[in-house]
This record gives sequence, structure tokens and C-alpha cells, in this order.
Amino acid sequence: MPLIEIDNLSVTFTANGRKVRAVENVSFSVNEKDSFGLVGESGSGKSTILRAICGLAPITGGTIRIAGAPLATPRGRPFSRLAQMVFQDPYASLHPRHTVDRVLSEPLAIHGLPGTDARIEQALTDVGLPTSFRFRYPHQLSGGQRQRVAIARALMLEPKILLLDEPTSALDASVQAETLNLLSRLRATRGLTFLMVSHDLAVIDHMCDRVLVMQHGRGVEELSRDALASAMMKTEYARALFTASADRMLGA
Amino acid sequence: MTLLSVQNLRVTFDTETGPVEAVRGVSFTLNRERLGIVGESGSGKTMTGRAVLRLIRPPGRIEADHMVFDGHDLAGASESQMRALRGRRIAMVMQDPKFSLNPVMRVGAQLMEGLRQRDHASKAEARAKALAALEAVQIRDPRRVMDAYPHELSGGMGQRVMIAMMLIPGPDLLIADEPTSALDVTVQAEVLSILDALVRDRGMGLIFISHDLRLVARFCDRVLVMFKGRIVEELAAADLMHAKHPYTQGLLNCLPRIGGSREPLPSLDRNADWART
Repeated sequence: MPLIEIDNLSVTFTANGRKVRAVENVSFSVNEKDSFGLVGESGSGKSTILRAICGLAPITGGTIRIAGAPLATPRGRPFSRLAQMVFQDPYASLHPRHTVDRVLSEPLAIHGLPGTDARIEQALTDVGLPTSFRFRYPHQLSGGQRQRVAIARALMLEPKILLLDEPTSALDASVQAETLNLLSRLRATRGLTFLMVSHDLAVIDHMCDRVLVMQHGRGVEELSRDALASAMMKTEYARALFTASADRMLGA
Repeated sequence: MTLLSVQNLRVTFDTETGPVEAVRGVSFTLNRERLGIVGESGSGKTMTGRAVLRLIRPPGRIEADHMVFDGHDLAGASESQMRALRGRRIAMVMQDPKFSLNPVMRVGAQLMEGLRQRDHASKAEARAKALAALEAVQIRDPRRVMDAYPHELSGGMGQRVMIAMMLIPGPDLLIADEPTSALDVTVQAEVLSILDALVRDRGMGLIFISHDLRLVARFCDRVLVMFKGRIVEELAAADLMHAKHPYTQGLLNCLPRIGGSREPLPSLDRNADWART
């Protein structure tokens, strides 16, 4: 049964009398425990889809169903228990004046969940951070460490779905490797469903089972990982994206 | 015909807990070519770039036996001498457009500001040059972008605007600090080809700072690999796959590849001994 169903989704922003069609008639579905990737240029609308799911962008057409049910507006607490987002920029997604402890305890406090102490320590351990980091401020953490805190925060309510908006693109190559390994491990141990946005086809290939290539707000082609790896794309744009990435693989 | 020559550059921060050495004795020369400086966060690569432009404020200190750009002594220059060089002769494209573009000024106004104030261009001339600069970095709708505020642009567009802005005065040396890190591969390729054309046509020198070793190797002529403030390996880009230093090899191997296995990616082995040479 698909856990996430996006049906003919459109998101149009109006500013200064101009309409920006960020997402136009995009459809795809993600089964439970699968990992689905959205890949495309900057400005292709992929992040906007994640934001529309969360209620951070308006849905001007089409429907989104999670676990078979349409989304409530405003999203409400049940949604937060089901889906959580990890944002792209670890320097912007943590409140600079909140300690890690406060960042991680906030979701628990909002939902009235007990056992804060134990849950925070477990969360830090799960993302590979020492518990001594609990009372640090974001500026006392490196980019990779902040992103781990963001991942820990997303997991505090034990959601089924993680919406990942370019979770590693702001990180160094080596830290990216560690973060991707962490995400893969968490997905395996917790049976999570991932909807991941990236512009990096290699990251998508490593992390996702299926991928939708987007351009100018539209879905261009949906590919399985095998099709991606063996360059079996049907559309020119998907092929161009693949070639541009493959080019970067020196000697591979 | 050396454009830039740096000998034994040291950047030290005098903090409450003692001096922190961000750059520890870096030496290199640059002709009108593309030099890549690669390393992880904290390796000192950004500080090296900023030191050349003397953009490090106290408690940071810059020391060098020798730092000369086209006959100008950068190490000993006064602040007003540096101001004359910055922007016009040596430009820097920073890491994050969100922090280097003025958030409360329209993009067009920011692009035109330098032209009007530094080069005394008329409004019409400045506007024409600004539009041309945006077109040169392949922005699809330059007129909309001119009227937009930075937060109304996608990250990739913001970065392209910044590159456009830095290249308007036609500098001889461009220091690009992770200029393409927020861009997707096709746009990266386009932006790099723009920079490539500039380096070739204008005879510009380029220092390309990045954590992405493969990208740098594809684009640059020579590569310096930095670790904890020192250069651990210097090699021609074409020889990258034959890198000898284990740190360089580690950087090469930790990236995911299309069609690669889904096993955990090898993580980097950072041996402190490599910082002592």
C-alpha cells in the first residue's frame, strides 16, 4: 500500500502579480519502507514538493495522501507523528540560541511525551553524537554534527516518514559519506520511508530505490535504481543529467 | 610570469585558550591558470584564500615570508592599498550567497552598485552591464532576477548572481570558495564552463577552493590537498587518480558513485601524523 501518494500536484506562487509555477501536475507514489528520490536542477520544484507535504507551501492543485488519507489543513499533531523533515542547511535549521537539549526536547514537550531524559540520550547515541554534546549550542558544533542533531530531532517523535531536503549537500564529501551511512542505518533499523531530494545523482543512486527526475516544476521521468545505474533513461533530459554526473566520476 | 607567489603563509588566531593555527606554512605559486585547493572543513583552505586578500580580522594574524601579487606586496600593503586591489584586481566569490548578498537590496541594485560607485558608470550603462553579467551566468530570466530580492531566488541562482557580481569589474585573479557547492551537476557544469571561458579569454588566474576533490580535478590544472593547515600533496589534476598520499586517496574513495554498491561508504581515516611534515 503506498504510504505517500502525490496525485497531479500543482504549487503556484503569486508574487508582484507574477505567477511562478513551482510544481506542475506531478504524480508519484512511495510504498512503505521504500526510499524515493526527487532529483533535478535547482529551481525544478523538488524541494517545493516536500514543503507542500508539510504545509509550508500552498497546494494549488491536485492531492497529497499520506497513509491513504488526505492531509489536514493545518497539518496538526498526528501529521508530525507520521512525517518529519530534515532540512538542507544545518546552519539555518537549528535555533542558534537553543541548546541541543532544548532542540530535542521541544517535540516531546509539544506532544506531551514522557521520558525526555532517556529519549534525548538515546537519540544522541542513535545519531553517533556523544551525550556530552547535550548542552552545546549550534555554534559549538560542526556542520556535520549539526545535521546529525537535525536528524535526531526529526526522529524524536518516531515518525514513519522522513522527508529529506538535500540533507548532505551543505556537508563536506567525507562528512557526507558518514551522514549517508547514518541515514541508511537508521532506515534499516527503524523501517523508515524516505522521500529524499537531491541534485546529486550519485547520492540518490546510493540511497534510493526509485527516482523521479524533475525539470521546471514537472516530472520528466521516473526510474528504478537499476535503470539509473545502467543508463536506461528514455528522456533526453534525464540522460543529460546522468551524463553530467557520470562525467564527474574520474576513471569510473 | 607569476601572478601570485606565496611563501610560508601562516594564519593564527589568538584565542583565550591559546593560539589556534589555521594555516601552518603554506607555499605555492600561481600563474594565469586554475589552481584547486582541496580539503575538509577546518583544513585551512578558506583561510588561505582569505589571507591572500587580507580579509582576516583580529584575533587572526597573517604572517608570510612572502606574498606578492603582480608586483604588489600583499603581506605589507596598507588597508587602502588592499582596498584598491580587492574587487578590481583580485575578487573573491564566497561560499554562501545567503550571507554575501545583501538581503534587503534588490539584485539589480547590488549588481549596479559597484559599477556606479567604483567605475562611475551611468545608470543605463550599469544596467546593461548587469543584465549582460546575469546572462553570462546563464540565468534564464535576467529581468525578473534584477528586480528580485535574494530570498526570492533559489540557492543556485543566488550563487550565480554572486559570481556575476564578482566578475563585472574584470579581475585578474579570482578566488572562488566553494562557488558551486549548492548547484546541481548540470548547472555546476555550466558555471564551471563560464569560469573556464573567463580564465582562458581574459587570462585570469583562478584559485578554486573546494571539498570536492573530483570536481576540482576535472576543472583545475593543479591541485593542492590541505589537511590541518598544511599542504599534504600537490599534484597535476590529471594525475589525481595516481595520488600517493593516503589522505588524498581517502578523499577520492569516500564519495558515492552511480552504480556503486550500497554498502556503507568508506569513511576517511584522518591520521594526525600527516599534519606534521
